[in-house]
Amino acid sequence: MKKPSGLKMAVIHMGLSLMCMVTLYPVLWVVKMALSPSDGLSLTANPFPDAVTFDHFRDVLLGSDAQGRWVFGRQVLSSFIVSGATTVVGLTLAVTAAYALSRFKFPGKEGGMQALLVTQMFPATLMLVPIYGILQKLRLLDSLTGLVLVYATTALPFCIWMLKGYFDTLPRELEEAAVMDGASPFQVFIKVVLPLARPALAVTALFSFMTAWNEFVLAATLINDPTRFTLPVALQRYVGEYKVEWGKFAACALIVSAPVMALFFALQKHLVGGLTAGGVKG
Amino acid sequence: MKRLLALVLLATAWSAHAAEPQTAPLKLWHAYRGGEEAALLQATTLFTEKTGVRVDMLALPYDVYAAKLTNAIPHGAGPDVFIFNHERLRNFQGQNLLAPTTATLVRADYFANTVEALEVDGQVYGYPMSLKSLALYVNTKLVPRPPTTTAELLALLPTLSKPEEGRFGLAYESGDFYFHAPFLFGFDGPLFDATGRASFDTPGMARSLAFVKRLQDEGMMPQEVSGALVKTLFNDGRVAMTISGPWFTGEIAPSVQFRVVALPTVSETGTPMRPFLGVEAAFVSSRTEQAARAHELARFLSLGEASRVRTTVGRQIPADVAAYQLQEVKDDTLISSFREAAKDATPMPNTLEMARVWEPMKLTLRAVLQGGTRPEDAGALADRRYRALHRERPPDASPMPWLGLAGVMVLGGGTAWVLRRPAQSQTFRQRYPDVSRAVAYVAPAAAGLLVLVFIPFVVGLSLSLFHHDAGQYTFVGLANFVDILASRGYSITEPLSFYFTLAVTLLWAVVNVVLHVSIGLGLALVLKDPLLKMRGIYRVLLIIPWAVPNYITALMWKGMFHRQFGAINGLLVALDLEPVSWFTRFSTAFAANVATNTWLGFPFMMVVALGALQSIPPELYEAAEVDGASKWTQFRRITLPLLKPAMLPAVILGSVWTFNMFNIIYLVSGGEPGGATDILVSEAFRWAFQRNEQYGFAAAYSVLIFVVLMGWSVFTRRLMKPEEAS
Repeated sequence: MKKPSGLKMAVIHMGLSLMCMVTLYPVLWVVKMALSPSDGLSLTANPFPDAVTFDHFRDVLLGSDAQGRWVFGRQVLSSFIVSGATTVVGLTLAVTAAYALSRFKFPGKEGGMQALLVTQMFPATLMLVPIYGILQKLRLLDSLTGLVLVYATTALPFCIWMLKGYFDTLPRELEEAAVMDGASPFQVFIKVVLPLARPALAVTALFSFMTAWNEFVLAATLINDPTRFTLPVALQRYVGEYKVEWGKFAACALIVSAPVMALFFALQKHLVGGLTAGGVKG
Repeated sequence: MKRLLALVLLATAWSAHAAEPQTAPLKLWHAYRGGEEAALLQATTLFTEKTGVRVDMLALPYDVYAAKLTNAIPHGAGPDVFIFNHERLRNFQGQNLLAPTTATLVRADYFANTVEALEVDGQVYGYPMSLKSLALYVNTKLVPRPPTTTAELLALLPTLSKPEEGRFGLAYESGDFYFHAPFLFGFDGPLFDATGRASFDTPGMARSLAFVKRLQDEGMMPQEVSGALVKTLFNDGRVAMTISGPWFTGEIAPSVQFRVVALPTVSETGTPMRPFLGVEAAFVSSRTEQAARAHELARFLSLGEASRVRTTVGRQIPADVAAYQLQEVKDDTLISSFREAAKDATPMPNTLEMARVWEPMKLTLRAVLQGGTRPEDAGALADRRYRALHRERPPDASPMPWLGLAGVMVLGGGTAWVLRRPAQSQTFRQRYPDVSRAVAYVAPAAAGLLVLVFIPFVVGLSLSLFHHDAGQYTFVGLANFVDILASRGYSITEPLSFYFTLAVTLLWAVVNVVLHVSIGLGLALVLKDPLLKMRGIYRVLLIIPWAVPNYITALMWKGMFHRQFGAINGLLVALDLEPVSWFTRFSTAFAANVATNTWLGFPFMMVVALGALQSIPPELYEAAEVDGASKWTQFRRITLPLLKPAMLPAVILGSVWTFNMFNIIYLVSGGEPGGATDILVSEAFRWAFQRNEQYGFAAAYSVLIFVVLMGWSVFTRRLMKPEEAS
């Protein structure tokens, strides 16, 4: 590849910086609210705080509930358990189903793909009532297992679609070669296909994690124990019937967002590495 | 009488106590925060000390509280006692969530109007705890003598207002009917006629709206006021007076000197501005297994020592008459001034008719304040809205013909499918050699999807054939669909008619998807260049909108589009352009929604595109370079075709999500102006949760959404086909 000219690079950097500024501006407002002592909206266009206090963060991180219990740590823990388990369960189910949909012929395949899409078309808010009833029948109300199962299955259609699309782009020659070398079909799947699909796995894992991490309606409705609430439920507690505690709300929102950003940062290396290119060459 | 009752209660509690020594704790649910929560905890501790019965408290986010109650109580998973305002009483009672308290409640203990507020069909439900009503907060430094009449108010306001500096005499949430109601009642406008039906087209309505509009137009009051804005302006000393309730006391900065007084009297009519009276009550669940104890707890929380704690610690205005005899309450000017202000308050009716008033009034109020409607025409507008939103229960239909029809269709379809199938030259095994492996791979996912996705989905679909009224479902056949498709109550080209909303939804989906994909792909193409410096940093920064939960960033965007204080208008003014009232016109409100959603949605497409671009072997570009193909040719011939298989599913899913992107519409434009920017899914949400829980009607909307998207998916299947073949 030729090295692009300096002027062109400057234009690209200018454009990207501008885009980043637009992207960051609303987020800076959240940061400002979280750091401002006034606990209200500021009425200027300046997104940087005039005075800085870490009181809101301290209250969110170290504050105890009315009974004097420090529940934040427990809620962080249950958030990680729920989101982690959702990612593992969701990804396991999705990867196998997507592989079958991409590689095997079986009756109902086309219909199944469409049916998956169809489920995304029904507004989720109306599913709450039936889901509640089903979980009660399964005795999974007020349990993190129930919550994980609901999140994992609601994220499934997306994950399957994403992974199937990616598997379709992978050349079959590699799998055929592995079979020639005497690998069993399951070994081919685990040793050849999955490593090649790492970028797509990263995206879907991130997505499953986020689905579980950010959701609060189901979590607040299904769980009856404040120590097992996930963080978004704690976040929504700052939005009252008559008033919103903006400072703490913003601080908590930033804390809630941090792991997702960290996760993206960690996974982006997998997105970046050129994987399939080397595979086809060899 | 009172003593006797207390004795009976104690005796029942004691006997229950004796019968089961190992008692389960009582479950108490609430949505209180801060001081109110602390007071409630102290009160329950007192209860435990007195009776030995433990109480487990669960604090919930207010947004999901009602939904949780209506789901949990019928399944026996709810609380024994819960605290809620009386506004939803009729709804809860209709769903049989509440136990009557007529037998155990002593009316004389409470202010008469608070008990009346809890009455339905001659039965009382719940024990009144506290009052919530509006009063006038005055910054005493700016206004030493609070106005007692509107004439005094009007004389005072111009001296306090400098709109160009962002200073105003008065600011309150003027777009909310709860705050407008005192003006309406002050101008002698009745809200209900003699038959109890809502009446909007009255002189009082027109005069009250004209009054408020004048305050805004003459710069005595800001536009598009939210609770957060009121708080900020009042604490900055930029607003001298505000109308709010007891909850606002805790929001005021310590530096601000203030007083609370009753709302002024309207000079033209001589009638005081009467706010609505809200009553917060302790309700006993109909499904509690410890009824006697639950009643004891609920009653305990509403009276005596508990009301002292709630008043002094929680800063509530108690409904308990005896509380006002306490010295510390007598000395508390704030509590007594609120009590004084609430004397004239109108108990908010707990009727269904009241529940039907909110939405038409909100629409009308905003239409007047934004200048779209004249105050004199507002009543007629509200009346029309009201009639369109008020649905009588459709006649019952018998489900038998439908079941029969469904049976015939299944049978007929099955037969046709069997007959139409071409004779197979191969056996099933030959055609699908790896079916058993496929089943093994698919089965776990399919099982999960069946139970937790498809069954709820089918249940949701079938709801569309029912009418829901307070927990009762009646089969009405296609009546819901007929109402929607015939656009009952609206002409076809009017906002809120199905066809208008559908057109808006389609436009919304197309515009968003095009923007998401083009911005996302564009950025991905730039960022994939390995020679680009700092691309890791750019990537992380650009992904941030996706990582922050959208319900908070949507609120930020809403603030940025504010007419007077928003950053975007600030930018326009800095560039010497006219500021824009974003939510008064369809085009600008729609643009605000699109801007927000584009900001939220492009990172996803960017990540997908980045992932997909990685799977394109660089050798192809190298070869093309050697052949002398231009960058554009390379993009068209190599990048696009190879991106398609990975991008297309994302685009299809993205379009479906955008179609159902409820949060943005709801939080940014809220459907303004006049419901024009609502999309189908936000309409479905309104029918389900804001218009007397018409689940059936909402489900019918959802089915129509679903039909539209099915058409779209058939279309996209065509797009997918060539790729499958290759």
